[in-house]
Amino acid sequence: MVIEALIKIAIVLFVVLTGVSYTVLVERWVCAWVQDRIGPNRVGPLGLFQPLADVLKLLLKEDIEPLMAQKWFHWVAPVISIAVAFSVLAIVPFGHVLMLGNHAIPLTIASGINIGVLYIVALTSLGVYGITLAGWSSGSKYSLLGGLRSSAQMISYELTLGLGLLSVIMLSGSLDLNTIINSQAQGLWNVVRAPLGFLLFFVSSFAETNRQPFDLPEAEPELVGGYHTEYSSMKFALFFLAEYANIITASAVMTVLFFGGWHLPFVDQLGLSSLAMTIIGVLAFALKVIGLLFVFIWVRWTVPRFRYDQLMNLGWKVLLPLGILNIILTAFEKIYLIA
Amino acid sequence: MSIFDILFYLFAAAIVLSAAFVSLSRNIVHAAFSLLFTFLGIAGVYVLLSADFIAVSQILIYVGGILVLIVFGVMLTNRVTNIDIRAAIRSRIPAFIICAGLLALLIAFITQAHWIRYDEEPWKKTPWGKNAVEQVTKPLQGSVREVIDQQGSQGTAAEIGKLLMSDYMLPFELLSIVLLVALIGAAMIARQEAVQKKRPLSPSLPTEVSQ
Repeated sequence: MVIEALIKIAIVLFVVLTGVSYTVLVERWVCAWVQDRIGPNRVGPLGLFQPLADVLKLLLKEDIEPLMAQKWFHWVAPVISIAVAFSVLAIVPFGHVLMLGNHAIPLTIASGINIGVLYIVALTSLGVYGITLAGWSSGSKYSLLGGLRSSAQMISYELTLGLGLLSVIMLSGSLDLNTIINSQAQGLWNVVRAPLGFLLFFVSSFAETNRQPFDLPEAEPELVGGYHTEYSSMKFALFFLAEYANIITASAVMTVLFFGGWHLPFVDQLGLSSLAMTIIGVLAFALKVIGLLFVFIWVRWTVPRFRYDQLMNLGWKVLLPLGILNIILTAFEKIYLIA
Repeated sequence: MSIFDILFYLFAAAIVLSAAFVSLSRNIVHAAFSLLFTFLGIAGVYVLLSADFIAVSQILIYVGGILVLIVFGVMLTNRVTNIDIRAAIRSRIPAFIICAGLLALLIAFITQAHWIRYDEEPWKKTPWGKNAVEQVTKPLQGSVREVIDQQGSQGTAAEIGKLLMSDYMLPFELLSIVLLVALIGAAMIARQEAVQKKRPLSPSLPTEVSQ
């Protein structure tokens, strides 16, 4: 059991860390494409070794600690950010059960968690600490303002995130991620059954991951680099890593909750062996995550940044009432259409 | 010592140390962040007690909600890092008396409370309401340990939900009213300023309305 879990942790960490570095590369390609440039293509074939060069550069930079910084907090903030970003992945089911002989291995690091959805919500609410601490401990006005903005933003959008999630919980009648996937495999995917819930969750994920159009904590024209202005070298790289790990996590969670996880329609009618089904499932999951990642990048380079008051108005005056409406609509749907 | 014991003492040490730091630290921001570890440690103890729903709620509400607001408030307060928050000497004696009283009360509760053990059968005689417990736990027989061995832990979320919607309906609804009142109050406080600002601009408006 323990060895199995360790192997799964190693695989997931490897895949996500590689995924992060290549998401950065893809982001630069897409950005170049949107802006009609060529993009990174010098390091290795097609620029494929660019992430390695980036990591080496960040590692070799001098680690500068500002004079006014609170040393210990300054050091611990990126650690909190990265830890929170990765710990959500512990319960994401990235495939169905893998059968090795008679031994069934569930393709989740921590299987059998009954309250998976709540775990996700609870952990994403911790992400705000890394950013707030970074902003406060840097001893710089720009960082502090960036940290404060992110706190306000995350508190506001967590509500909408939860309200969007509620429709999934109501439709599946469970907080367990595997049950949620199974209920989607038997009926329609939740993105069809609860489109409004998906929209709410999707918009608030952008705010929770601090991505454009909601990347106010690091709005360059106003706040220089935002909360990580005073960070350099590997500590900065950790924030960078956490941001992209958060996007991957958000895409994975969205895949599980709204796009059926590892489920592909009509594949179970082909009569394939269970091993082939599992492999197809994992591939389907990966494909869906990559698709959502592309949407994240696409939105970043096409939608302009919101102003701070617009962000708050959107969160509290538009999305929150929509969230409550969403609960009522889902309840009607559950009673009259599904049951 | 089993893994359970080791984990329990780890969490307990984290709770006690960070709580001590909260009350002893003179830097209010440090104290607020130390509270984070207290709350997380308590969530860990809940997990050890297999109270999964309460553990996650603890993180969600206290760490993700209340503490964020505390930290937010502390950081918004101007020049807060320089404030010495040592209590004045004259308030030490009343503080000591109150704390000693609280400690005595807690010890009394802890020693006199009925703690359900693994070898008991709590579904036979319960301090909770009768109907819901009969409904929810009807198929359960034998001691807690036997039931867990038979069916594994199903999580507590479903049972808590059923109890809230049956036996604890009234307290549940009352709590939601309390929360609603708090929300309305917060909205009122936030609106106050806007109303006062408008008044000097149109002094004749109230009389016109009354006519």
